[in-house]
Amino acid sequence: MFDIGRWQEIFQSIGKNKLRTFLGAFTVALGIFIFTVLFGMGNGLKNTFDKFFSDDATNTIFVRAGNTSKAYKGFKEGRRIQFENEDLELLKKELGTRIEYLSARVYKGVQARYQDESGTYTVRSVHPQHQFIEKTIIDKGRFVDENDIRNKTRVICIGRLVEKDLFKNGNALGKFLELDNVVYKVVGVFSDAGGDREERNIYAPVSTIQLIYKNTSDIDQIAMTFNKDIGMSGAQKMVSDITKILKEKHFIARDDRSALFIRSVAEDYEQNMQLANVLQMIVLWIGIGTLFAGAISIGNIMVFVVKERTKELGIRKALGATPGSIVGLILQESIFITAIAGYVGILIAMFALSQMGNSLEDYFITNPEVNTSTIIWATIILIFVGALAGYIPAKRAASIKPVVALSED
Amino acid sequence: MIEIKNLHKSYPMGKESLHVLKGLDLLIKEGEFVSIMGSSGSGKSTLLNIVGLLDIHDEGEYYLNNELIQNLNEKKAAVLRNKFLGFVFQSFNLITYKTALENVAMPLYYKGVSRKERQVTALEYLEKVGLKEWANHLPSELSGGQKQRVAIARALVTKPKVILADEPTGALDSTTSHSVMEMLKEINAEGMTVFVITHEEDIAEQTDRIVRLKDGVIISDELVKKTVNA
Repeated sequence: MFDIGRWQEIFQSIGKNKLRTFLGAFTVALGIFIFTVLFGMGNGLKNTFDKFFSDDATNTIFVRAGNTSKAYKGFKEGRRIQFENEDLELLKKELGTRIEYLSARVYKGVQARYQDESGTYTVRSVHPQHQFIEKTIIDKGRFVDENDIRNKTRVICIGRLVEKDLFKNGNALGKFLELDNVVYKVVGVFSDAGGDREERNIYAPVSTIQLIYKNTSDIDQIAMTFNKDIGMSGAQKMVSDITKILKEKHFIARDDRSALFIRSVAEDYEQNMQLANVLQMIVLWIGIGTLFAGAISIGNIMVFVVKERTKELGIRKALGATPGSIVGLILQESIFITAIAGYVGILIAMFALSQMGNSLEDYFITNPEVNTSTIIWATIILIFVGALAGYIPAKRAASIKPVVALSED
Repeated sequence: MIEIKNLHKSYPMGKESLHVLKGLDLLIKEGEFVSIMGSSGSGKSTLLNIVGLLDIHDEGEYYLNNELIQNLNEKKAAVLRNKFLGFVFQSFNLITYKTALENVAMPLYYKGVSRKERQVTALEYLEKVGLKEWANHLPSELSGGQKQRVAIARALVTKPKVILADEPTGALDSTTSHSVMEMLKEINAEGMTVFVITHEEDIAEQTDRIVRLKDGVIISDELVKKTVNA
């Protein structure tokens, strides 16, 4: 490999045979180019999925309780699981900064009345951070705040449509609304991108509702968002941690699938990522196919080269070239051409991908790119391909008897 | 130097096989200048190929420099060729894209000689054949006689024991042939064994010993009576 004489031989051979070297190199460069571009586009496809799920979709996790389906630790099956305030504290303590926003949800169906108008609505009693989990838009006034939770104040933030129904387009802010005969002050009006159903909800401090209705600390649902820094795989881990913590706390068998329900974007994400991965695998195989087509054609060219050089190789043998040195010579030339041509192919492909940028976003390809490890792999594949393409003809060249080679014209 | 006992060689020709050499016995001592005469198809080229380790015999024994040649793999043959033998071919067999100097230096490359030494030695031998000024010319820029002289320099450069020349003058006119033969004589005079194959009577007569081959057997083996020319 570091034999200067051998390199001189190779450069001389390349220099004397520019056309065939160019054709061989061109084939490899094209193969690598297509491979890299396809791979980059595969990545672009994945990026689209990634973006779709991390930007547009929320990072929410909803935890709901059900009934156990398995007897466990002395508890009978069919037991109803009830979350309480301390579950919230436990999760806050265990998950730490992985939680971005956290809130309880307690639902109550209520009869609301303002003067002569009345209707049936759902009160969703929550913590202040719920505003960010649900992306509630405050039109007027304010949302439930920490003060409300602490003091168990009787305040509510009503949906835009609740105001419209009960206040007849009047201003509800500062007015008093009767819910199940308990009077609450309206401190805010909200709207929600989620639509009409969401805008018929009423938000109240969770502590207030817990106090008014039987003074319990029961929670119907736990809602949270995860810290986006942990990524989708981190979210998946977090979901499994939540499951573990709550199952332990409530004595639920590990394989019980009906006692806890967790809905998160992480699961959807996983499914869609699998799809993206399958697509990328397909693209990858097409790329590998192309690469092998390139390798075969390099092999073809090397067969031709060897044929063309049969006499020369025969002369070399007569002068004392061992079969090993013949194989080495052909192989090294093949690897050298392949590696250089391949690298040119990679560079052009990377340039093409960077030029492409986000212009193919409409076709679900965002920021197509190849990373360093792919390039390293491509290089390894290149050298392998070059060796493979050169080896068979080289081996053949080395096994030709000198007398046969010399009689060739 | 070269000892052959009951040498047989046949080539498969479809289902039949062509028996080319039918039991040859030959002894060539060091420093001899021998020619093998025969018409085409007599087996002389086959004999040269076997002696030159370019081909393998089927039967019999072959000693090169007192070493029995058997079970020879390609690598060993290559090393032996490089060490003991120098070839001169009818069609010169120079590598077309290499200069005269590079052609002469090539056996040294396979011998493992350093680059600098290769250059010096190759140039020395080119000078010996009178082509020092042509060192950097490609074979295509040389005349037939010059090409053959380059080939001779290449054959000599590793200081082999035996020079094997296969119709060395076959592609040359009579004047050039004469100078090439003179060169071979000189080499022989320096003590090297020279083994020439030819079908030309006047070329054979310039050697010391003529072995005549016909249909794969030796029909005569005699020393040339040197007539002193006036």
